[in-house]
Amino acid sequence: MAAATEGARLSIRGAGKRYGDLQAIADVSLDVGHNTIVSIVGPSGCGKTTLLWSMSGLHGLSEGQVQLDGQTITGPHPDIGLVFQEANLLPWRNLMQNILFPWEVKRQKPDMAWINHLLDRVGLKGFETRMPRELSGGMQQRASIVRALSLRPSVLLMDEPFGALDAFTREEMNRLVEEIWLETKTTIVFITHSIEEAIFLSDRVLVLSKRPGRVIADYPVPFVRPRSLKTMASREVFDLTNRIKADIYGQTTLRAAAE
Amino acid sequence: MTDAIPEFRKSQSGAGVGLAGVSLAAGTGARTRKEIAIIILVAVIVIGGLEVLLRWFEVPHYILPPPSAIMAALVKEFPLLLPHLRDTLICLFAGFGIGASIGLVLAAVVTQKPFVEKVITPYILILVTTPMLALVPLLILRFGFGYSPRIIAVALAAGPMVMINAATGFRRTDSAKIALARSYGASVLQIFWKIRAPMAMPMILVGLMIGAIFGLLTCVGAEMVGGGFGLGNRLTTYSSMINMPEFFAVIMILSIMGILLYVLFFLIGKKWASWEA
Ligand SMILES: Nc1ncnc2c1ncn2[C@@H]1O[C@H](COP(=O)(O)OP(=O)(O)O)[C@@H](O)[C@H]1O
Ligand SMILES: [Mg+2]
Repeated sequence: MAAATEGARLSIRGAGKRYGDLQAIADVSLDVGHNTIVSIVGPSGCGKTTLLWSMSGLHGLSEGQVQLDGQTITGPHPDIGLVFQEANLLPWRNLMQNILFPWEVKRQKPDMAWINHLLDRVGLKGFETRMPRELSGGMQQRASIVRALSLRPSVLLMDEPFGALDAFTREEMNRLVEEIWLETKTTIVFITHSIEEAIFLSDRVLVLSKRPGRVIADYPVPFVRPRSLKTMASREVFDLTNRIKADIYGQTTLRAAAE
Repeated sequence: MTDAIPEFRKSQSGAGVGLAGVSLAAGTGARTRKEIAIIILVAVIVIGGLEVLLRWFEVPHYILPPPSAIMAALVKEFPLLLPHLRDTLICLFAGFGIGASIGLVLAAVVTQKPFVEKVITPYILILVTTPMLALVPLLILRFGFGYSPRIIAVALAAGPMVMINAATGFRRTDSAKIALARSYGASVLQIFWKIRAPMAMPMILVGLMIGAIFGLLTCVGAEMVGGGFGLGNRLTTYSSMINMPEFFAVIMILSIMGILLYVLFFLIGKKWASWEA
């Protein structure tokens, strides 16, 4: 087994995962550097969630391994935060009780100063006693991000966090993630099916193939941050978008269009 | 955002066995003075109208005594009925307590293992559908005329009802929510108390409500079958003596007990399961 790349925080080597007869991912190897945002895009059902859950230690791999700072991950890790697909708030708890849930499970005294700072930061101050169903989709997802960040994870794994949101809310949330990243310097792995979102946020975009998922492309995203509307509308972004699309669909017409 | 008062509703109960139409959502409470006034007015008209009609057509008391006679009997007999009410309550709460506890524990345990559940479910269904009253004469033969045959019958009537509904609740596992808890290192017990139990709570409360009402029915029925005490026994005694106002006074007490049980679980549901609106 190859050693982890020098300086990588998360390092995945030869990862494969089967559910019974179904090979969800096969031979995935990738590294995520310090304080970077890496996006993973790929067709639906290609094993993105499976890969992310393996990184978080929520489930084991059939082959290969995941290392955090050189240590093999064998179970949920306190340095790794996970933001789920959909907000995944507990509907019987109000917003604050939802955010305190991890602390309760860990039987730790919550860091209220930090939690209140985060709530303020994402614009949820004053909504602490609202029940999840009284919050908009965007607010719910912000609450779930605060829940994950409250424990100060040094790695944040996000699984299509904004997939269910409308386009405007989504852009707002993308800017929020970037601001939070600038403030906390967390290493972020971001799964999305929006190529635009991936390019806006990431230092690198990885493309997974159809199931069984494997990494078929790895694009650096060199544009300066914060990425303005002008950058996002530029020729370079357009070309990169098309190249990623061509990888996903494997369509020569698109690839020709990109070249 | 919603400004509606949270309403506690028995939703997606498809798989649960319950009383058709028994839902925890019935009637949101009265809110304004006007509504309360109308409710009182309707009650006065219904009761008063019944009184007038029964007297007008000279309906004999042994068929249906007028409300005033029933009320008079209730006031007069209440001190005598009080010990019987106590006996019925003892039998109901003991039987329901035992049955519901066993039902809840079984539901929680059995749903952990789908195979065990498959094996055990047919027997629970038999228990749910068997009228436990039919067993009372047998139980009396074995246990005599005391509390125990009644308590056993109530437990047998309430327990399976609680179990089958609670099991429906516990089966509603949401793998994302369990994964959430596990991602913070939650133990199996923590997952049970912090995820599975609250998620099952709406169905548990439906089961408890139906179980309690079934328990009351079974309790009164068992008292009618044998033994010299309890409100059910009073029903048989009064009807054999054709003391109809007293008979209906007991019926009134029983209806009020049933309604109180319903209201009790409705309020608990509002507090603990209103999130599922
Ligand atoms: N727990 C599971 N058991 C069996 N099959 C699963 C399980 N989780 C996911 N799968 C299957 O594995 C494949 C990859 O799933 P997933 O990782 O959720 O894909 P994605 O997140 O990319 O949409 C899908 O075909 C899915 O049906
Ligand atoms: Mg997914």
